[in-house]
Amino acid sequence: MIAGSVFYWIVFIGTALTAIFAAVMVITRRSPIHSAMFLILNFICIAVLYLLLNSQFIAIVQVMIYAGAIMMLVIFVIMLLNVEEEEQQKMHASPAKVIGVVLVLILFAQLIYGVGVQVLPGEWGEFTPERMARIGDIKAIAGLLFTKFLFPFEIASILLLVGIIGAVILSKKER
Amino acid sequence: MFSGVTPIYFLFVSAVIFAIGAVGVLIRRNAIVIFMCIEMMLSAVNLTLITASHYLQSLDGVLMVFFVMTVAAAEAAVGLAIFVLLFRGRGTIKVDGINLLKW
Repeated sequence: MIAGSVFYWIVFIGTALTAIFAAVMVITRRSPIHSAMFLILNFICIAVLYLLLNSQFIAIVQVMIYAGAIMMLVIFVIMLLNVEEEEQQKMHASPAKVIGVVLVLILFAQLIYGVGVQVLPGEWGEFTPERMARIGDIKAIAGLLFTKFLFPFEIASILLLVGIIGAVILSKKER
Repeated sequence: MFSGVTPIYFLFVSAVIFAIGAVGVLIRRNAIVIFMCIEMMLSAVNLTLITASHYLQSLDGVLMVFFVMTVAAAEAAVGLAIFVLLFRGRGTIKVDGINLLKW
């Protein structure tokens, strides 16, 4: 039991630090393709964090949709557009950037304050770990998806259809 | 039950990644990199939802993440189509060159 706990901690710390490192690299690399590669690393680290939180289904979907489909699309567009690297003097600090970073630091302090100072509020649900272990992650999610969340599920399909149509119409060459 | 790691640490990681993504949106000038930073922020929020869902032993957060991912996929398709269109029309996707709606 104690060995499992130590292993959990080691995996958590390693994954969390890798995710933060990858996030920093995404915003500091000049070449967009390097940013995209580090973003894939970030997504995979977050998928591992999902696994630590016992959400196997969402971890798989994260790798498939984020690290797979979306990033494939992004890299494809980077390749299509042949985006030049930002110039060397691009990283200088303009007043707008400084103000922006300061505002984000204030936001970050608020986030940390919000999660750190109090116990998490909320109503306890019915899916205890024992029950989840018995019926399984995917079965429980599917049960909710087709009962309580049926209407949002159908709306999501319409949303994807609209996304497809929008992408086709936008990228069509007008004659 | 929680093997030692309390949800605070997961929420902390999520907040850090969200803040880094916000900084990236503000300091980068390349539209595709800004788009990637937005995806990173969405993913950080998903981590928060999953953490809360696990902590409260509920599945509503997991379903919410499912729908956020749907929206992110649709957004990626439309957003990248817009970038291709902008590049075709203006020859750049630097946000400094795309200020059509600014007055």
